[in-house]
Amino acid sequence: MEAAYWRTPVLAETLLVARKDLRVEWRAKVALGQVAPLALLILVVLAFALDANSSLLELGAGGLYWVAVLYGGTLLIQRSFDVETDDGNMDAFRMSAIGAPSLFLGKSLALFVQIGLLELVLGSGIALLYNVRVTDWVLLFVAAVAGTVAFSVCGVLWGVMSAGLRVRATLLPLLLVPVLAPILLAGSRAFETALGVRADAGWTWASLMFVIAAIHTAIGLGAFGFLLEEG
Amino acid sequence: MSAVVEFEKVVAVAGSFPVLTGLDLRVAQGEVILLRGENGAGKTSFLRSCAGLISVSSGDAHVLGFDMRVDRRAPRRYIGLLGHENNLYRDLWVREHVEFRAAAVGAAESDTDAALLRVGVPKQLWSVPIGSLSAGQRRKVAIASLVVGRPRLWLLDEPHASLDSESRENLDVILAEASQLGATIIFASHESPPTNGIASRVITMGGGRVLEDSGAS
Amino acid sequence: MTSTTRSNAKMTATPATRVLGVLAIAATALMAVLGLFISPADVIQGEAVRMLYLHVPSIWIAYGAFVLTSVSSILFLRARKRREDQGRHYDRLAGSAAEVGVVFTGITLITGMLWGKVTWGTYWQWDARLTTTILLFVTYLGYLALRRLPADPMVRSQRAAVMALISFINVPIVHYSVDWWRTLHQKASLSVGRRPEITGEMYWTLLYSTLAVTIVATWLMIHRYRVIRLEELRDEEALAALISSRLKNDDGSN
Repeated sequence: MEAAYWRTPVLAETLLVARKDLRVEWRAKVALGQVAPLALLILVVLAFALDANSSLLELGAGGLYWVAVLYGGTLLIQRSFDVETDDGNMDAFRMSAIGAPSLFLGKSLALFVQIGLLELVLGSGIALLYNVRVTDWVLLFVAAVAGTVAFSVCGVLWGVMSAGLRVRATLLPLLLVPVLAPILLAGSRAFETALGVRADAGWTWASLMFVIAAIHTAIGLGAFGFLLEEG
Repeated sequence: MSAVVEFEKVVAVAGSFPVLTGLDLRVAQGEVILLRGENGAGKTSFLRSCAGLISVSSGDAHVLGFDMRVDRRAPRRYIGLLGHENNLYRDLWVREHVEFRAAAVGAAESDTDAALLRVGVPKQLWSVPIGSLSAGQRRKVAIASLVVGRPRLWLLDEPHASLDSESRENLDVILAEASQLGATIIFASHESPPTNGIASRVITMGGGRVLEDSGAS
Repeated sequence: MTSTTRSNAKMTATPATRVLGVLAIAATALMAVLGLFISPADVIQGEAVRMLYLHVPSIWIAYGAFVLTSVSSILFLRARKRREDQGRHYDRLAGSAAEVGVVFTGITLITGMLWGKVTWGTYWQWDARLTTTILLFVTYLGYLALRRLPADPMVRSQRAAVMALISFINVPIVHYSVDWWRTLHQKASLSVGRRPEITGEMYWTLLYSTLAVTIVATWLMIHRYRVIRLEELRDEEALAALISSRLKNDDGSN
């Protein structure tokens, strides 16, 4: 009897993969239970480092926020691929009838949600701990979305590059941070504009993040299948 | 009948070690083949080469009509591979995991229930996280994930491992049924007494190639 | 490599590269003389300007090697399917270029920092050029780390090639971002079609130094390439020996 191997559209497959990832997270509660509190703690520790100088914290909140996102985000990306390399799951990934682009988009979508939730926590964190006032909510939101999309897409792309290889745990941050650096830069500047700290080109910085996201998405869609092959 | 697997003088290298050293084998559709051999004989490597997970460096290799030297990814959607590891998401519930695997190959949701029942995973375990199951139960969930996809070619590496005797017999029945419906099955096993009751052909491997073949086709 | 070189392969030198090597030493010596003694000190910066003659050529090699790595990676990915050699030549080229590149990026950073300390008073300025260079340095390190991982050689080379390509796109993004952010570094002293700010003897010394450093870098790259080739040859021979010994074992044991 033939199996029903008709190709479902990319969107359906993407949602399938994303739902699976989010469900794994929902059951394991690593993002909510461990990473978010840890990232929040980083905000506290940064305040210690800056001697709780409230004007410094207020000025630097935009940047400090993204540093915490970088830290937490890297852990989440790591976790996303730990789940896949555990128990030989990469083989199932490779053998899957799901197309590589759908895998790429699905994991990116799931990461986007997870990092997004992390950012909600961190956003509340800087509002409460660093006493910031938002002057441009729209810019803030758009910049956060742009940065999160960029983080997610880059994370999945670089995550698969080091996935399944033995020294992965320290290699991934080394590969990832130079790539995330411009996002961090852009995000911080955009946030500073939105928080009224500087009257800069916040929207241009936000657009830059979208451009970075678009470029990496295009590369990911093309190269993901190729990169999945056995390490 | 068309050949499902056709390997001719196949050499495959993993890392820098030659895991297959000139393997010749032809498998027709519907056959159930038992692979035997010592550790390191190349049974796992052969199964993985059929699945296209190891690339063929020389020789001719065709699986389900696809040339493995041109595109080794092509036959994968028609293949069910069960390796030493179970490929399970530990955090998911049993049912959620098999549902995902089913949806990934376009099978219907109802197929999940049928597969789990067929394999012998009781309903009360369906909402249990996979990580808290015993090794034997996890193996059964892995088998269910394969069964639900109804593959044309089954590649099984020590499928009976961790199963109790009742489950082993059940697995043999499942394999026999699948074969009746036209699937081709190749499984590697150390089992003793040898489970060649269902196997129509026994192939012994060694040193990365076929040493004995009880029934060439 | 010729078959003679192959069978006698205990070293990577050939007559041509020996000549190149001598040339490299001579060129460097001349560069030192020109740079340290003959060319004049700068009106504003004084003797410190001499750092320029090592710093600027190093930047050129750092970025040039980076481009070479990326272009080789593209060529490698396209040539992979060729049966004869699977495009490995380009992979080796990418690897050797990257190693030379990382060395010269390091030299760029160190000379830049020393020069900065003398002229600006600080080791570091957060401008586009320097910041991009340090991120380039770390990117190189990541690339080389990826190349060293225990994995199937072909898969490893492919991943490294993809990384090189993505980095090729990423580094300009970094530069563009940081440039926006601040500009402080000396404007480019050499560019096509523009009158250089550095004129006369300093200009020619700089051009010459660039040539000398390029010769040295080329010599290094050629030898690094050959070392990689020798390593691959050794692995191929070991593999062939393993295959034939496995084939000889009639009882099928390892």
